[in-house]
Amino acid sequence: MSDLNVMTPAEIAATKAAVMDQVPGPEIQGQSPLHHADLESLAKQGPKTGGVHLREHKLLGHLTLRCNPENADQLAAVERVLGVALPLQPLTSAENGDYSIRWMSPDEWLILVPGLEAFDIESKFRDEMGGHYSLVNSSGGSTVLELSGTDVVELLKKCIPIDLHSKHFPVGKVVSTVFSKSTAIVRRTGEQRFELIIRRSFADYIWLWLQDASREFGLVIEA
Amino acid sequence: MFHIYCPHCAEYREEEEFHAAGQAHIPRPLDPEACSDKEWGEYMFFRKNPRGIHHELWVHAAGCRKFFNMTRNTQTYEIKEVYKIGEQPSVVAE
Repeated sequence: MSDLNVMTPAEIAATKAAVMDQVPGPEIQGQSPLHHADLESLAKQGPKTGGVHLREHKLLGHLTLRCNPENADQLAAVERVLGVALPLQPLTSAENGDYSIRWMSPDEWLILVPGLEAFDIESKFRDEMGGHYSLVNSSGGSTVLELSGTDVVELLKKCIPIDLHSKHFPVGKVVSTVFSKSTAIVRRTGEQRFELIIRRSFADYIWLWLQDASREFGLVIEA
Repeated sequence: MFHIYCPHCAEYREEEEFHAAGQAHIPRPLDPEACSDKEWGEYMFFRKNPRGIHHELWVHAAGCRKFFNMTRNTQTYEIKEVYKIGEQPSVVAE
């Protein structure tokens, strides 16, 4: 892969993308795609023990970065912005505190940052990155669910056609795959802890699916 | 079900993550204006339907969303090899 557009610094400045802060002011309440499920109330009222625990990490900043993995300047720029290098090996991820990067494809990464920092991070990328790349804030398009508990692997076996044995799916591995009749990005964050990134439009479907699939293990909602 | 090796993800995945996208290695004519109707029609519409070795284009639709080529036996469904776009197959029909 090579850079098709080799631009001078002046040209880069002239073509700088407009960056918009997508987080509204305090007069507008941010709502996750699972707002209607009212997970906070369910966490208070529902069972406290069970084989599967579910928690939503809502309103995070989701940034899709596409750049050239062979461009050392771009890789260095990412490290300057996030403090951690892009994971270049397929199906791996990297973390630095609240920032996490997932390998999605040979030239694409999904970066999760705290929701209120997305605009700052995006602005920093625009200042630091050079050459031919794309950075899209897709925060509104998806939400993050965390599944944990003793039966979480058994639950996921019903949902995705992936070998979840820890030899094949170690902590830190990330796959994008079909999830029931939808799709999800699944990352293992612990021996019995997984992170799902799901589409906004499928959030309700997956919420209903997970309630049904986890019935035999017992579902505990956390908030 | 096929168990397909994705050359970009570097591991085997289930077929339901993939879509077949037809015959591979179909170069667009360099100068479409200079094509005869027959040449353009054959580029546009006519595809091979061999019994045996076939080179196909597949996309890892639910995974890395990259296209790659696959050499497959249409008679036995055996996948002979997968290779990236731009590479040439090592297994070809005799």
